Amino acid sequence: MSAELWQPIRLTIELAGLTTLILLIIGTPVAWKLSRHDAWWKHALMAVVAMPLVLPPTVLGFYLLLLLGPSGPGGALASLWGARTMAFSFTGLLIGSVIFSLPFVVQPIHNAFRAMGDRPMEVAATLRASPVRAFWTVAVPLARPGFLTAAMLGFAHTVGEFGVVLMIGGNIPGQTKVLSIAIYDFVETSRWREANILAAGMVAFAFGVILAMNMLEHRMARDNA
Amino acid sequence: MKATNCIRAALAGLWLAWLAGVSHAGQTHVAVAANFTDAAREIAAAFKQKTGHDAVLSFGSSGQLLAQITQEAPFQIMLSADEERPKKLVDDGFGIPESRFTYAVGKLVLWSRDPKTVTGADTLKNGRFQKVSIASPSAAPYGAAAIESMRALGLYDALKPKIVEGASIAQAFQFVDTGNAEVGFIALSQLAGNNGGSRWLVDQTLYTPIRQDAVLLKKGAQNPAATAFMAFLKGPEARATIEKFGYGLDDKR
Repeated sequence: MSAELWQPIRLTIELAGLTTLILLIIGTPVAWKLSRHDAWWKHALMAVVAMPLVLPPTVLGFYLLLLLGPSGPGGALASLWGARTMAFSFTGLLIGSVIFSLPFVVQPIHNAFRAMGDRPMEVAATLRASPVRAFWTVAVPLARPGFLTAAMLGFAHTVGEFGVVLMIGGNIPGQTKVLSIAIYDFVETSRWREANILAAGMVAFAFGVILAMNMLEHRMARDNA
Repeated sequence: MKATNCIRAALAGLWLAWLAGVSHAGQTHVAVAANFTDAAREIAAAFKQKTGHDAVLSFGSSGQLLAQITQEAPFQIMLSADEERPKKLVDDGFGIPESRFTYAVGKLVLWSRDPKTVTGADTLKNGRFQKVSIASPSAAPYGAAAIESMRALGLYDALKPKIVEGASIAQAFQFVDTGNAEVGFIALSQLAGNNGGSRWLVDQTLYTPIRQDAVLLKKGAQNPAATAFMAFLKGPEARATIEKFGYGLDDKR
């Protein structure tokens, strides 16, 4: 396969991998906080987390274009290293992807923490485990299926991202030209053979991810039973 | 029972009204290259006023529209930003051969929102900007013309790392308009009625003339509204509008 096909694949894997990693790091504490006790502000926060599910990518793309640009905070940040805008960069896409895929990572972890209930943590506390230790040795292992689902969904959803990238990417090979954009480009220029190779690959990938997730859930359910 | 009858009668009435409307005035779907957006809107409005027909406009890059038409999109006319794609549509049996004509000759302009940034070709030579936006050169003729101009000036290799691509010329404009790119190659027509910023009308010897062709598609051949639109596009009113938006007209006619 030519570099023209490989480059977007590699870039997409890098973007999705990094996005998933960042989301697991910031999503876990958020999901944990949200899963303990009910307060009105938690419902509001939950709604904010879930918003990218409902918003069209064009809304995110439009606001990101303004926020990352020279008159937004992104431009101010970019000026630290001498750039004017954070659009058209890998970092810009990473910021967009983290926002875009947020609910796909937070929600499965949140559900897993909730399903666990308060009991395990209470028991851990009576055994004099510190809250931090209890979190790592009790909550996280119990929520393992949630973490796996979260990682897979976060990764897969970032791979499937298109609208936001189209609006803030600028189609730069090796930096912002991800798989979905490369496919769009090939279709637009009537290069359907290349489009087909990448698109068929995506179909296989999507099937694989969903199949793996179903099998995983099935096995977890059996192991728990 | 009574209520449903009432609703039924009302629906039938609406349907009849709709039928009556359709029989008087037709409708045609037109695929329009993004650079022609504003001019096409104005022409469609004048067309509606004169003939009563509706021209429903869809905008995109020429490449995008071509791909859709070859997959049986319901367009009846294509106003492309080049002559190759309408020619290809004719060759592939989607377009009516004798209907093809050049409705406008596009002009490329280098534009910045800042009143001092663009002074001429030297702006490109000095390269005192971080990003220059263009339309996708493979899908949009204005993007290809931008590349051609940079090459003709011997600046392409130097500028290449600064190039960002919009999916269509509309997006190339938007990147400059939002300030994310300092300068951009856009269509002069996009600046109609906008005196802001600074601009350089790119020397037309630097790029192959952007001859924009229209073609009647097979799907519209039997539709009086579509043929009327093609005729209207050739008429004095439409030509005046096209010139007003900064296009040249075909000298050959």
